[in-house]
Amino acid sequence: MKRDNYLKLEFPSRSANEALARASVAAFASQMDPTLDELGDIRTAVSEAVTNAIVHAYPDTVGVVWLRARILDGEYLEITVKDKGRGIEDVDRARQPLYTTGGEDRSGMGFTIMESFTDRLRIRSAPGRGTTVTMQRRIRRKPG
Amino acid sequence: MKVFSSYDNGRLTIYLHGELDHHAVRGAAELVERLLGEYLPRDCVLDLGRLSFMDSSGIALILRLHRRLVAGGGRFWVENVGAQPLRVLDAGGIGRVVQIAAAKEAKQA
Repeated sequence: MKRDNYLKLEFPSRSANEALARASVAAFASQMDPTLDELGDIRTAVSEAVTNAIVHAYPDTVGVVWLRARILDGEYLEITVKDKGRGIEDVDRARQPLYTTGGEDRSGMGFTIMESFTDRLRIRSAPGRGTTVTMQRRIRRKPG
Repeated sequence: MKVFSSYDNGRLTIYLHGELDHHAVRGAAELVERLLGEYLPRDCVLDLGRLSFMDSSGIALILRLHRRLVAGGGRFWVENVGAQPLRVLDAGGIGRVVQIAAAKEAKQA
């Protein structure tokens, strides 16, 4: 796949940075001329992935979250959110709707939303070493 | 994220303005709990007409409100839901549990 353009961000796992992360990726994606629905889906998927890193990867400490967005072949937006936190013991279980270890403020729908709003979702995790979430969303070229 | 409210004849309407994410939800939930304790409403409506963004944190808040109201024998529903929050609620299947009314613009989209 041809890599056209990319964005890299690194920030501490503070919840105030959730809005910054989704706004940054949305601004980057706007060069692909997405529809409002596509842009909303991208913002939502980024928000979920970054929130997971903040809430679950570093529950008792402030760690670093790395975010990369890149355009592949001119019409795929790939978003990667990486942490070096505590990792996920059982990824298949974590992907189940309504599964959460995050208490009353979390719905357990994060991965379900990421899956619904992107075309491809890949989760790589190792307990004690961190998690990398990679999502791809096709932004169809508009005629003309 | 801002929270406004109105109360009329046993019905508390809560208006959420801005963006509802994990950063905002705890403060919003505390305010909502305070309003429920203050008014002890029979029914509660969550009006999302001025909510520009919501992720699954909003689902947690909505399910929490639903449980609170239904446990007390009251009714709870969500109104004026815009296009983006509606897509999140649809993806989560929340319409099977809570009554949701889309905003006019979201219905047309």
